[in-house]
Amino acid sequence: MPGQTEAARRLELRWLGLLPFAVFSVLFLILPTLYIVIGAFQTPQGGFTFQNILDLNTPSIRSAYWVSIKVSFASALLGCLIGFAMAAAITIGGLPKRIREPLLTFSGVASNFAGVPLAFAFIATIGPAGLITLQLKSELGINLRAMGWNLLSTPGLVITYLFFQIPLMILIITPALDGLKKEWREAAAILGASGRQYWIMVGLPILFPSLLGTLALLFANAFGAVATAIALTGPSLNIAPILLYAQIRGDVLGNPHLGYALAFGMIVITGIANAIYIRLRARSERWLK
Amino acid sequence: MSKVWAWGALIFGVVYFMLPLIGMTEFSLSMRRGVYSFDAYAAVLADPQFQATFAYSVVMALATIIFGILLVVPTAYWVRLKMPEARPYVEFITLLPLVIPAIVVVFGYIRLYNTSSWLPLTGSVMGTNILLMFGYAMLSLPYMYRSIDTGLRTIDIATLTEAAMSLGAGWVTILARVILPNVLASVLSGAFLTFAIVIGEFTIAALLDRPAFGPYMQILGANRAYEPAALAVIAFGITWACMGLIGLVSRFSRYTQVKR
Repeated sequence: MPGQTEAARRLELRWLGLLPFAVFSVLFLILPTLYIVIGAFQTPQGGFTFQNILDLNTPSIRSAYWVSIKVSFASALLGCLIGFAMAAAITIGGLPKRIREPLLTFSGVASNFAGVPLAFAFIATIGPAGLITLQLKSELGINLRAMGWNLLSTPGLVITYLFFQIPLMILIITPALDGLKKEWREAAAILGASGRQYWIMVGLPILFPSLLGTLALLFANAFGAVATAIALTGPSLNIAPILLYAQIRGDVLGNPHLGYALAFGMIVITGIANAIYIRLRARSERWLK
Repeated sequence: MSKVWAWGALIFGVVYFMLPLIGMTEFSLSMRRGVYSFDAYAAVLADPQFQATFAYSVVMALATIIFGILLVVPTAYWVRLKMPEARPYVEFITLLPLVIPAIVVVFGYIRLYNTSSWLPLTGSVMGTNILLMFGYAMLSLPYMYRSIDTGLRTIDIATLTEAAMSLGAGWVTILARVILPNVLASVLSGAFLTFAIVIGEFTIAALLDRPAFGPYMQILGANRAYEPAALAVIAFGITWACMGLIGLVSRFSRYTQVKR
């Protein structure tokens, strides 16, 4: 009997080692999030309700979510395609080996170069008075503005987001491409497969979970981006993170609980995207180790 | 044939990445009409607001790094040594900041720690600074934890701990003088990444109304033409330096690590 209490005390002491981490993550990560989630299902008097979630269904909020989803998806899809092409070029494309390390290093830098300064870089380049805008006008007589180009719009947002989406894709997919074994290609060739057949029937199916998973991750990455969008467009563009930002600053929706519901919707969307990523990553590790 | 598309993809990418970098550099140098000059940089660097907000963010980044090390090193060590069964849960929590948008968490902070709450952190300047530091520590938790945990995997912490204990060391001595020096390279990697994230962070600082570098850049961007480009060049240089230091540290540690 005394031995058992001794063991129990030891177990408690072991848990004690995790106490600082537990306190920190409960107070500054889990409780704040729960507060928002619970608030999304409460009436101002504190009763339970679904009304806040239903109230999200107004034209303005619906369009904010929809534009956000479109921008995130477009930048994730393009980021995946271009990033994959570049990663393939430096791994299996037969380019000189010394290109690889500099490109990966640059990707590490560019994937962390987000937020306000990134918006400035694009304003200085393809904004109304940007380098390319002016050069095209004076050298080639092409007036981007007259052609309907506007950086402070959803296509402008997509092009800007690509600056951190493409490098992230390169960083994630390069190891997966390295994991494609030479033997598979040789085995396919011996059995008479062409390069195209190898890719359609072996290469892409193996990479597919990684590709789709990274697409989900890039989507979540763009969906939560606030700073780049605000620095680029100010409060003018109606996307979910900017609307939430305005709501936190000044209750523009006129109902605090509707604000919680808006934030809850964002958690749900990024949560789903991340769940897809984690699920598919586990599956892709079956082949690519 | 296959090399053609490979070069094509690479060149397309390089052009896409170079143009904004060239654009911001060119723009930052053209404040004076007709000639290139460093006027925009001089204007930015001489701005007392710049100096104040930049210094504020540097101090915040250093505080966040120290807090992060004090929080994550003992936790990751303890999980590896004594509580492997808690590992999936701890790892899951450390990944949550990547899942929950920062703007949502800070929304929770503002409501949970306001002046009329049980822990009125936003009621005083110092309290808000501390809350901001906790927010930054939360933001950098995924990177810090993964970096340090990977470092701990490469050393034999059970043997090191037993050896230190048999020489009479307590927990603090073990962590500070045995474990920490052994994972210093990983700790520094996490620290530099934290620095790169914190120095230009906008959302949390702006919503907590603190005079940090990120909100300063945003305000300047809305009011000036050439100075923002100079700031972008400076910010890119800082990010580059942080990543370069991470590369340097990990290359250095490759030589100091005993092969097993």
